[in-house]
Amino acid sequence: MKRLFYILPLAAFLVIGVYLAIGLTLDPQKLPNMLEGKPVPAFNLAGLEGRDEKGFANTDLRGEVSLVNVFGSWCVACRVEHPFLMKIKENGWVPIHGIDWREPNRTAGPQWLRRHGDPYTLAGDDPKSKAAIAFGVTGAPETFVVDKQGIIRYKHVGPIDEKVWSGTLNPLIEHLRGQGE
Amino acid sequence: MIAELGHFALILALTVACLQGVVPLVGAHRGQISWMRFADQSSVVQFVLVAISFGCLTYAYVTSDFSLVNVVQNSHSAKPMLYKISGVWGNHEGSMLLWVLILAIFGAAVALFGRYLPPALKARALSIQALVAIGFYLFILLTSNPFERMFPPAQDGQDLNPLLQDPGLAFHPPMLYLGYVGFSMAFSFAIAALIEGRVDAAWARWVRPWTLAAWCFLTGGIALGSWWAYYELGWGGFWFWDPVENASFMPWLIGTALLHSCVVVEKRDTMKSWTIFLAIVAFSFSLLGTFLVRSGVLTSVHAFATDPERGVFILILLLIVIGGSFALYAWRAPQLKSTGLFQPISREGALLLNNLLMGTAAGVVLLGTLYPLFIDAISNGQDKISVGAPFFNAVFIPLMTPMVAAMAVGPLLAWKRGDLARALKTLWLAFVAAFALAVATWVWQSGQSPWGIVGVAIGSWLAIGTLIELAERIRLFRLPLGQSLRRLVNQPRATWGMTLAHFGLALAVFGVTGAGAWKVESVQSMRPGETVTVSGYEFRFDGAAEKQGPNYLTTEARFTVSKDGDVVAQLFPEKRVYTVRQMPTTEAGIHTLLSGDLYAVVGDSKSDGSYVTRIYFNPLVAWMWIGSLTMVLGGALSLSDRRFRIGAPKRSAVPAGAQPAE
Repeated sequence: MKRLFYILPLAAFLVIGVYLAIGLTLDPQKLPNMLEGKPVPAFNLAGLEGRDEKGFANTDLRGEVSLVNVFGSWCVACRVEHPFLMKIKENGWVPIHGIDWREPNRTAGPQWLRRHGDPYTLAGDDPKSKAAIAFGVTGAPETFVVDKQGIIRYKHVGPIDEKVWSGTLNPLIEHLRGQGE
Repeated sequence: MIAELGHFALILALTVACLQGVVPLVGAHRGQISWMRFADQSSVVQFVLVAISFGCLTYAYVTSDFSLVNVVQNSHSAKPMLYKISGVWGNHEGSMLLWVLILAIFGAAVALFGRYLPPALKARALSIQALVAIGFYLFILLTSNPFERMFPPAQDGQDLNPLLQDPGLAFHPPMLYLGYVGFSMAFSFAIAALIEGRVDAAWARWVRPWTLAAWCFLTGGIALGSWWAYYELGWGGFWFWDPVENASFMPWLIGTALLHSCVVVEKRDTMKSWTIFLAIVAFSFSLLGTFLVRSGVLTSVHAFATDPERGVFILILLLIVIGGSFALYAWRAPQLKSTGLFQPISREGALLLNNLLMGTAAGVVLLGTLYPLFIDAISNGQDKISVGAPFFNAVFIPLMTPMVAAMAVGPLLAWKRGDLARALKTLWLAFVAAFALAVATWVWQSGQSPWGIVGVAIGSWLAIGTLIELAERIRLFRLPLGQSLRRLVNQPRATWGMTLAHFGLALAVFGVTGAGAWKVESVQSMRPGETVTVSGYEFRFDGAAEKQGPNYLTTEARFTVSKDGDVVAQLFPEKRVYTVRQMPTTEAGIHTLLSGDLYAVVGDSKSDGSYVTRIYFNPLVAWMWIGSLTMVLGGALSLSDRRFRIGAPKRSAVPAGAQPAE
């Protein structure tokens, strides 16, 4: 009986070890996404003030593989990923559309883009989180990969950098482009 | 060439460690002195080799050798020299090299300064130390080689993560590692004792200084880390119960428990298998901390180098080291016999209570840290949760409150059989003062968080209780003052250490309480010339200007703070963008007063020329840093006690029923 007591630490540690081993196979940053494999939810946003009149709606997301990037001028991490988005645009790798989320006023977003560069093909203003809620956005930045049929294929949470791009997004985009041709 | 030399030295160190892991162990088993002595020489050789290796990497950083992948990824020619050097350990590979360097330093220190250790115990402990080192050498050489070359060499580097380019963080990792790795010594002694099947007062006296040294460094390292988070992250907070912070806090809790249980083993010859257990757990938590930070199992603001492949390696290492030691523990620990009797109301009883509360606290932190992982694993990645400050505060504060309360009483109880009533009677002044201050706080803050009142009460109880205990010791007012003063001067340093450490904790309790319960925050957008009043201080925003730093651009704002018309301070918060990585950082502007910190952060500018600003008044924060420093000083003073250096008691004869392993 007493001996059992001394075996307890070993047993407890082995249980923790099993969980650590399982934990290694999971990616803590990958959040489950109910929308993957489903069509883009319906939304229709007004354009950013002074940028263009067109606006941005779910019907625009057809015909080619694209990224939908949720950002905001208040978001520090967006500032971190911004140079890389500019790089994607400059190299013409894939069109990026922006959802300007929860701006305090109409001018904050466009001004931010004027200052740091504008990587977006289309961009919509979403001060009341209409599109963001439909997309199930939990924080910014978040980026969705949308295929030619307008179906969401992947959601990335957090800034995009070289590693995310070349490791995950670019291969997926290449794969989606090859489909149905 | 220099880099290859460093790589080669590391391989040689691995070879030496392999020999050291076997020869002294066999020598101790057979009783061959020369084989045991081998550990002394090999420990020193290992240290020299790792130091050469570390020196070579440092050289590569200082000279900006951009043919090394590691230097390219973490340095830049325009980076200030301090951060070129701290960049050596500001990345995964280099920090692991620092890990083994510190392991080697501790090994060599035991070999050089452990003259009074029994040869067999010393030989075994150093062998265990080498076995641990082998695992880490292999880890570095196989998965994280800092000396990897690239061809063609890069034009310039990618710079160090700007958050890490900070004087506080330059010294935080080495301090923390000195603490983490320092527990390896207690661990090695514990395993050696399990192999010998013997733990006695002499053993405890030998282990204590190593544990104490590790504890001092860890305390300092944690304090430095939270100080950094406080001024660099710009949230006005200092502790976020982040997994990586928890990873350093768990060994601290267990290390503190170990420190106290060693005293019981030394004085009362009891709680032996428990002490061994704590020594194993303290180091296990250090290893677990390394695993959590390095593997990417948990998300954290600190995890700047994560890689699942390395995770697998460390996990296997954990299974061997921790699993192996617990298996040995299960097998050998039941044979450790205690002779001391145990009364609950006694000094040792109080120390046991400390151990139980500290252990429970560590267990709770472990549960909270790993819970998201458990849920993630059970649901196969479908459920993600995070455990945050509300959970930790809800369970941790109720555990710490009785512990701090008991800390004032424990030192007043005698060994073997204490008189609780008498101890409490001695503390009447502390009780009255704590009660009065708590009531005053209650009146003053009128209905805010109850924890503020509890914090003030237990903080003042402990502070005054500790002073009363000191007064008792020198029989203040009961002997003539001169005699009392002589007694004061002649107190052993270890006693002074305890008094200082306990008093330091009381100060820290005040700091944590103040900053936690009464922080005042104000967020607004301000134009130059506008003022905002926070906690009676008037903050005037004088404007902001762009400036150029060595490797960053910065927007530096100026605030003039005044109270009742008198200027108190000027604050210069900054918003930097590091040019190479295009990464923004926040530098808070802080002016420290004894009553609290004036804390300002400047945010983005708007089109109308106004800036988003965040102003905090963080009460009593300075007390936390002063308290932590006092604790470290207490530990260091205790460490310098001559009893640790000479005159260790002779080992007791082997008690019947506990034969040595030979």
